[in-house]
Amino acid sequence: MIIETSGLRKSFRSRAGRESKTVEAVRGVDLSVAEGEIFGFLGPNGAGKTTTLRMLATLLEPDGGTAVIAGADLRKEPGEVRRRIGYVAQGGSTWDESTGREELVLHARMYGIGKADAQRRAAEALDTFELAEYADRRCKTYSGGQRRRVDIALGIIHSPKVVFLDEPTTGLDPQSRAHMWGEVRKLREMGMTVFLTTHYLDEADALCDRLAIMDNGQIVAEGTPADLKQEVLGDVVSVNAREVAKAADLFDNAEYVRKVETTEQSLRLYVEDGASAIPHVLRTLDAEGVAIEGIELHRPSLDDVFLAKTGRSLRES
Amino acid sequence: MKFLRDTWLVFQRQMQLLLRNPVWVAVGIIQPLFYLLLFAPLMKKALSGGQPISDELAYQIFVPGMLVMVALFSAFSGFGIIAELRAGVIERNRVTPVSRVALLLGRSLRDVVQLLFQAVLVTLLAVPFGLRVAVGDALLAYLLIGLMTLLLSSTGYALGLTLRSEDAMAPMLNTVIQPIMLLAGIFLPLTLAPAWLQNVAKANPFKWATDGVRALFAGHPGDDAVWQALAVLTPLTVLALLISSRTFAKSVR
Ligand SMILES: Nc1ncnc2c1ncn2[C@@H]1O[C@H](COP(=O)(O)OP(=O)(O)OP(=O)(O)O)[C@@H](O)[C@H]1O
Ligand SMILES: [Mg+2]
Repeated sequence: MIIETSGLRKSFRSRAGRESKTVEAVRGVDLSVAEGEIFGFLGPNGAGKTTTLRMLATLLEPDGGTAVIAGADLRKEPGEVRRRIGYVAQGGSTWDESTGREELVLHARMYGIGKADAQRRAAEALDTFELAEYADRRCKTYSGGQRRRVDIALGIIHSPKVVFLDEPTTGLDPQSRAHMWGEVRKLREMGMTVFLTTHYLDEADALCDRLAIMDNGQIVAEGTPADLKQEVLGDVVSVNAREVAKAADLFDNAEYVRKVETTEQSLRLYVEDGASAIPHVLRTLDAEGVAIEGIELHRPSLDDVFLAKTGRSLRES
Repeated sequence: MKFLRDTWLVFQRQMQLLLRNPVWVAVGIIQPLFYLLLFAPLMKKALSGGQPISDELAYQIFVPGMLVMVALFSAFSGFGIIAELRAGVIERNRVTPVSRVALLLGRSLRDVVQLLFQAVLVTLLAVPFGLRVAVGDALLAYLLIGLMTLLLSSTGYALGLTLRSEDAMAPMLNTVIQPIMLLAGIFLPLTLAPAWLQNVAKANPFKWATDGVRALFAGHPGDDAVWQALAVLTPLTVLALLISSRTFAKSVR
């Protein structure tokens, strides 16, 4: 495991007018991230994602708990952790008056890399992230997407073992997002472990090998996107038929059906694996002469998982 | 040595950005000119109590005051650091293994270079008006001014990083700098002040700095005021550097 945390905690004292209030931002996070995977942190605003990442990146001292990152102990050797990780902040980190290339060279040199090597790395990163064209323009002239790509390039300029990306695609248009997904996958191909946060369901689903769902400072579920969805509900086969009630009766005792629900025109069957269930469903209906008007396989979304775990929908929060 | 290399790295970057936007050079020339043209003649009269004194003497009193004033303004460095904080640059620096003292010192040294440039400019501009000063004395005076800048700019950075908002920073600086300026005898030497005011002023480290710089411009490097200024400024500067680099190291959001 390249990242292992145990009981990581952080609370903030915040002042609202006269009153001082304590916000428990992160309340006991246990995580393990395997080398070479894209690990996602999915959660609504204020869940504690950034706070956890900032603790792991040595920017914030945890109130409690331990973490080992790329073999270095977070508390005992923060300097060593810094050398082995890259971190891309949620809010970006480029300076308006500098050019992308200058930022990259400087950042590489802050890791102790020599000048010539730093320049070579900067040129490489500019190519990788398709920034070469704008490399010598000031950052203030960049588009949001270009700027975000510079941020990511900064995070990996020293070839870290682990890179933390805090909301790498927030604020990007759909096309740039798709692009960014490609770039994140490239990082994995280069052998890096990527730890990212997001509050986009589709992004967590499509991009992450494994993810943890965070809510209110705690991890409420962890696993591959497919496992998480499977574990909660399985798939749903919905059948449109005239005689819904009659059809429903046929599945009361079917072993592969976990639960049967009916609405006016349709029958919803919760099954473990939709693809293998559909032929059974069709055969059963056909044998009893139930005419069907349509059949649909619905895979549960991560939102369904979030709903099941927290009682709220991620879309609403 | 890593620390020196890191400091150089930060300093270089800051200088590069400074030179990219040379408005400050123009400002640095125009501001002192205002004082030399519009204020110095008035002060010359006031100093002498109606009796004419030589231009040389007047500018030997006036120019040091102006140098100290310009140095005092380096406390405004805090505004720049708030902008960097907001842009995420400080956090980006802090996530690297770069020396925390270097993050501060590289920036403060940029301020020192900028200020010394301005100080030389002010001195040179005053020469046509009648100022005379020995090069050695001026260099020693610049050392004092440089120390002051290091002290004030690093304090400014610590303040900026702690307050994290321009709105909190501006009134705070104004409130602190005003009495410091008035009690430093910048425009009129405090020898003209009543005794109680002179005693209050003794608590102001920059009063000692002004006296030291004045003694040097008057051509008395052996004067007590010179070593006293050094003795007051040096420990304060070291302390400010220590405290500020701690704020760079500490978690800052
Ligand atoms: N410096 C701070 N002072 C006070 N409260 C803080 C501070 N930083 C974070 N918090 C609080 O801690 C909680 C978690 O914040 P955090 O930024 O980790 O959330 P997040 O999951 O990253 O949210 P988002 O998706 O909006 O980025 C929030 O309630 C936030 O207001
Ligand atoms: Mg966040």
